[in-house]
Amino acid sequence: MEYDTYSCDVLILGSGGAGLRAALAALDSNCSVIIISKSLLGKAHTVMAEGGIAASVANVDTKDNWKVHFADTIIEGDYIGNWQMAEILAKEAPDAVYELERMGALFDRTQDGKIMQRAFGGHTYKRLCHVGDKTGLEIIRTLEDGILHRKAVIFDETLATTLTKDDESGRITGAVGLHMRSGRFAAFIAKSVVIATGGLGRIYKVTSNSWESTGDGIALAFKSGAELSDMEMVQFHPTGMVWPNAARGLLVTESVRGEGGLLYNSKGERFMLKYSPEKKELDARDVVARSIYYEIQKGNCTEHGGVYLDIMHKGPDFIKKKLPGMYTQFMEFANVDITKERMEVAPTVHYFMGGIRTDPESCMTNISGLFAAGEAASGLHGANRLGGNSLADILIFGRRAGTHAAEYAKQAEMPEIKSSTIISEIKRVKEFLADGRNEAGPYSLLDRLRDAMQQHLGIIREEKSMKEGLEKVRSIRSELKKVKTSGTTSFNHGLMECIALENMALLAECMFLSAIERKESRGAHTRSDYPKKSIKWKLNILCSNKSGSIKLSHSSLSLMPKELSEIIGEEHYN
Amino acid sequence: MKSITTEKNGTATFKIFRKDPSRDSEGRYDEFEVPVEEGMSVLDGVNYIVEHIDPTLSVRWNCKAARCGSCAAEINGYPKLMCKTHISDLPSQIKLDPMGAFPLVKDLVADVSSNFDIDRRIPGFSPRKTSEKPWVMYDIDVARSQEFRKCIECFLCQDVCHVVRDHSSKYIGPRHVVKAAALDMHPMDTADRSVLLTKEKGLGLCNVTKCCQEVCPEHIAITDNAIIPEKERAADKLYDPVLSLLDKFLNRTGKQGEK
Repeated sequence: MEYDTYSCDVLILGSGGAGLRAALAALDSNCSVIIISKSLLGKAHTVMAEGGIAASVANVDTKDNWKVHFADTIIEGDYIGNWQMAEILAKEAPDAVYELERMGALFDRTQDGKIMQRAFGGHTYKRLCHVGDKTGLEIIRTLEDGILHRKAVIFDETLATTLTKDDESGRITGAVGLHMRSGRFAAFIAKSVVIATGGLGRIYKVTSNSWESTGDGIALAFKSGAELSDMEMVQFHPTGMVWPNAARGLLVTESVRGEGGLLYNSKGERFMLKYSPEKKELDARDVVARSIYYEIQKGNCTEHGGVYLDIMHKGPDFIKKKLPGMYTQFMEFANVDITKERMEVAPTVHYFMGGIRTDPESCMTNISGLFAAGEAASGLHGANRLGGNSLADILIFGRRAGTHAAEYAKQAEMPEIKSSTIISEIKRVKEFLADGRNEAGPYSLLDRLRDAMQQHLGIIREEKSMKEGLEKVRSIRSELKKVKTSGTTSFNHGLMECIALENMALLAECMFLSAIERKESRGAHTRSDYPKKSIKWKLNILCSNKSGSIKLSHSSLSLMPKELSEIIGEEHYN
Repeated sequence: MKSITTEKNGTATFKIFRKDPSRDSEGRYDEFEVPVEEGMSVLDGVNYIVEHIDPTLSVRWNCKAARCGSCAAEINGYPKLMCKTHISDLPSQIKLDPMGAFPLVKDLVADVSSNFDIDRRIPGFSPRKTSEKPWVMYDIDVARSQEFRKCIECFLCQDVCHVVRDHSSKYIGPRHVVKAAALDMHPMDTADRSVLLTKEKGLGLCNVTKCCQEVCPEHIAITDNAIIPEKERAADKLYDPVLSLLDKFLNRTGKQGEK
């Protein structure tokens, strides 16, 4: 069986913000770097990030500082976020922004020539450094430009299908992947590996996530023995498009509310005044998403099943300058002029707080030589992520993962991957290909999986329904063996989806198990049968791989030092 | 303003170019009937085919929201993004081809990787040395470069450019002039790329027909704001005798804001 072999010091999976930032950091440490990425270079889901990077540079609200950012992150994460990560994030975010600027990024400016900042849900001050509503694009282009002028080897449109480990020492040895354009398999031998493959939004039917967000890296890490954490924590963004059907789930950036947009139900009531009298439209995402959900459940919804989001009062010039992407998105996809008409919006699956468990300082997992950063990792955001914190996350922890993976690589010998391991992996992937045509392909099972998630693990959860969902997922997993698709290994979407389906179904089971386990309501995890938050559950739920089956365990939070706990104050239970 | 059809049960015929270069010596067109729903895009139609009729049809797409630039193709002969072209705006026969200016990977997927090699050879961001921290820049100064930085790298402008399509031409194409202009017009950048573009990258071959500008889904004024200013800057530097003497004498590169 034919395959190519490559080797490097640091192998990076993913070419979004976290992956590219990690690659730059590893190159800075004089390591050889290979990046493999499922999508074309520059297309990763980071381009979809709209609102901005949260950093307390205090250009607009001069009272802002890292302590307030730290407190906002922990409090809105409903107190189960990792405090060490939150401290690192809050302290390093301003530097991460300025560093990006020195790499060539051009942020919007204040009158006196500093980086402009806007208000966002859950942030005490105006904190989000931004470029209109296209901040993610600016980040990806800046990092892409940086990486193209460095000596990184990039295999884009290449899907890693498995990680490899040394049987004796248990350390990571690289990955096996499929290059989509050539249809050829390859082994990537590496001293250390960084997983920066993003989230898993496409497990759901209605999501703002792009094609590639299928949780592959998280599943690969789990299968090779890495612990996962907070798998029950899925962020529903309050505002996604609801109409037309083809655009359902597309993100309507929080910047609309940040810039003054107001939410109304079909009766014309500004309902956020009732659910959150103080923070109103700019409360954290879990709160606003639930409020919209309740209004829709009560029947106070619009023609297409959403609520109204209104920014008209700001005037056309302001809207076109500050929200150009939203203006064209609604014009082109819904034929709605948001300077003259209201938008119709409803919650959409947006972000995954859970993922691979890592060490806060080094981003290393429990597997020696395996690192993770960005949405694929977990811990920082706790039970609910603040808008703008993910872009800070990918830069800060991307850099850390790259630096520490490089340090690890410098101490390590170049490992080997046994050819038998590579060949059996190639065989496994090729099993999905049937010789004849007219195979059903993975799409009907994918639909069933997405329906099960949407129906049983939505904004409001309940034991009986979740158990039904779990059974559905288990039955889908038992049918995976039968899934076959047609065609060859070259640029075959059916084959990609077969591989993704297997990963997603595994993660779906972890998500249901963790969600059933957490018998309280906290952050994004809201249960109708346990509507209150409980101090008993101030912990993280872990999933680990015990010879093929999923084992749950509880991990208590490490004690926060006094000088930090004083900043955030008491947590309240009622 | 365009209309979105409210007709629910119509169908459209997709005529799609098929070729796997590793197996087929010639390409062919396959026809598919696709049920059309309100608001459906060409990409939705193609995905319907992949999911329900032929999973071997190769297509590249990511965001479905016109933000990533992956799904560029030639729709009834016009270079467009499939995700933001509505079926209802087209005749009921829709012919799809991959971008013809690039080598073919398979079916609708073009190999655009040459663009990254071109980018590698354009000098990157070269900020001026300054002790000023953080940098002070004003909206009015960053706006010009920001226009070019909106580029989503769909490469439709490369596809439509008749100079690029003439494969013997050494012109690097509109996308890369936009890239160079974004760096040249960055308030902190000190390098000049206009002379390189003219002397080595064939910028002079562009005869400003503005086709690139017309197809840009981000509405970047590619010709007016990037190509023409780069041509003028190069002309100043290469052919203005007084300026070039002054530059030599003062040892300056002629960029604003540089001291």
